[in-house]
Amino acid sequence: MIHSVYPIAQAGYDSAGQASADIKRQLKQLGVDSKIIRRVAVACYEAEMNLIIHSLGGAMELSIEDGWITLQIHDKGPGIPDVELAKKEGFSTAGEDARSLGFGAGMGLPNMMRNTDDFLIASQVGVGTLMIMKFKLV
Amino acid sequence: MTLTELSALIKARPLSRPENLREATCGYVCDLLSWVMARGQPGMAWVTVQTHLNVIAVASLHEMACVILPDDIKMEEAVLAKALEEGIAVYTSPLSAYEICGRLMAKGLVPALD
Repeated sequence: MIHSVYPIAQAGYDSAGQASADIKRQLKQLGVDSKIIRRVAVACYEAEMNLIIHSLGGAMELSIEDGWITLQIHDKGPGIPDVELAKKEGFSTAGEDARSLGFGAGMGLPNMMRNTDDFLIASQVGVGTLMIMKFKLV
Repeated sequence: MTLTELSALIKARPLSRPENLREATCGYVCDLLSWVMARGQPGMAWVTVQTHLNVIAVASLHEMACVILPDDIKMEEAVLAKALEEGIAVYTSPLSAYEICGRLMAKGLVPALD
């Protein structure tokens, strides 16, 4: 079993993508199919950017066991008031700083859902958000 | 299409030139990173006016062939160093994004497949 934890800082734009790149590297070393790696990389990068753009900081945890790759993403808030709305393509609450870098297209959650075999999100305002993304290895 | 052919076609000069150049197999133009993240492909030649570090992260995660900056746009040294480290070639062209895409399409560089 593999288990790695990647802390992600609020507004950490300068190191954005590093955790996703490391996760991709690990999967490559394990010889995971390149199509699966690509889906994990896309979903993982979107989750990482969501933490950077929207959260007060959080972490991504990678585990691989029993034929599944699991990414668990949790943050310290602020939480999403309307999760169903956040899932809609084109909806974004990203601020000017994120938009000026080309983020905030409202594609984050849709990209994650599109690339996972199993996707779960739960959020509570003032507490935080938890996402679990699962990918079948075969 | 080799990157040498590609750069000659669009009058581009290399800003980052990794030792092992990938072949360009498809092209795309967009400045919204999530959009590109959803549609990126290995071997893609990506035209964008964005020049920050996250461009390299997206290009690298997709194992793209190169990033092309139109209109003589420059990229900071720190970003170019990262591009080199990740094996991503970066070019700048005096042509507009529109003309770059037009020339590459005309010479057979296909759009990205879904």
